[in-house]
Amino acid sequence: MRFAVIQFGGSNCDRDAWYILSEICGVDCDLVWYKDGLSRPYDAVILPGGFSYGDYLRAGAIAARTPVMKDVIAHAGKGRLVLGICNGAQILAESGLVPGVFTINAYPKFICRSVYLRVETSDSPFTSLYREGDVIRIPIAHKEGRYVAPQDLLCELNDTGRIAFRFCDSYGNLTPESNPNGAMEHITGVLNGTRNVLAMMPHPERASEEILSSEDGRKVFSSMISHIEHAEGVTSR
Amino acid sequence: MIFLAKITIGLKEGMLDPEATAIRHALGNLGFATDELRTKKLYLVRFDAADAHDAEEKARGMCERLLANPVIHHYEIEVHR
Repeated sequence: MRFAVIQFGGSNCDRDAWYILSEICGVDCDLVWYKDGLSRPYDAVILPGGFSYGDYLRAGAIAARTPVMKDVIAHAGKGRLVLGICNGAQILAESGLVPGVFTINAYPKFICRSVYLRVETSDSPFTSLYREGDVIRIPIAHKEGRYVAPQDLLCELNDTGRIAFRFCDSYGNLTPESNPNGAMEHITGVLNGTRNVLAMMPHPERASEEILSSEDGRKVFSSMISHIEHAEGVTSR
Repeated sequence: MIFLAKITIGLKEGMLDPEATAIRHALGNLGFATDELRTKKLYLVRFDAADAHDAEEKARGMCERLLANPVIHHYEIEVHR
């Protein structure tokens, strides 16, 4: 089993994701410079947080059009896993791998704090070790994270269970105060149609170790690992 | 032939424009009462094209493939020689 974390110029959570996967989860993980492309098959690709291309034009817009994204789209087309975190989520939306857009927060400032999320589905390779309705605490750190989608797409996402996470309060209620960026329907984690690509604004890699005050995000990675083990009969080291 | 395209990208009707809200608020603090304020981005692009129609098509391609996000944006194109 092998993961890749793609580094763009301006990525700054690449090593955090690499550390959690290789040191905490114990799987093989390569840091891949975007200009090098995906030169070998990977079981999962992580697009990490950061400010690729300085967020010029729109967050994620320019990274989404780099050649490495053709490799990522081909990788996803084979049913393999892609997780986009924060800037990675913006890149996935801009590349069309997940629908909708993550745009400027309703109150247009950078927000960096821990928030509560409600797990909306356990039927995905990224959330299978959670239970539906679980309330977890994970940090967000973004200025362009407000999820926007046309009404018919929101209906489709709801009907097909493709919303992975919503912002909520500590009891799991969707109150206006618990929606830090004004996202439509509190959405902050979206799956693609075939459920092997997840775009999420919160940072699970910043909540995957006891020392980080929350380990609630770790199940995102362990769900992926479990999915890959199950799918391919591979045992992690 | 060299053309200059003026490409204006704006938010679709009804989309929240948080920057505009903040700017309008600041104008209010300076004593300027406003009924509406919208933000748009203007790109001036100079490039070679066969004719005005070709130039417009190229500018449209730029909008659809990069400059605008169709989920939230609309765009206007003016082409000049």
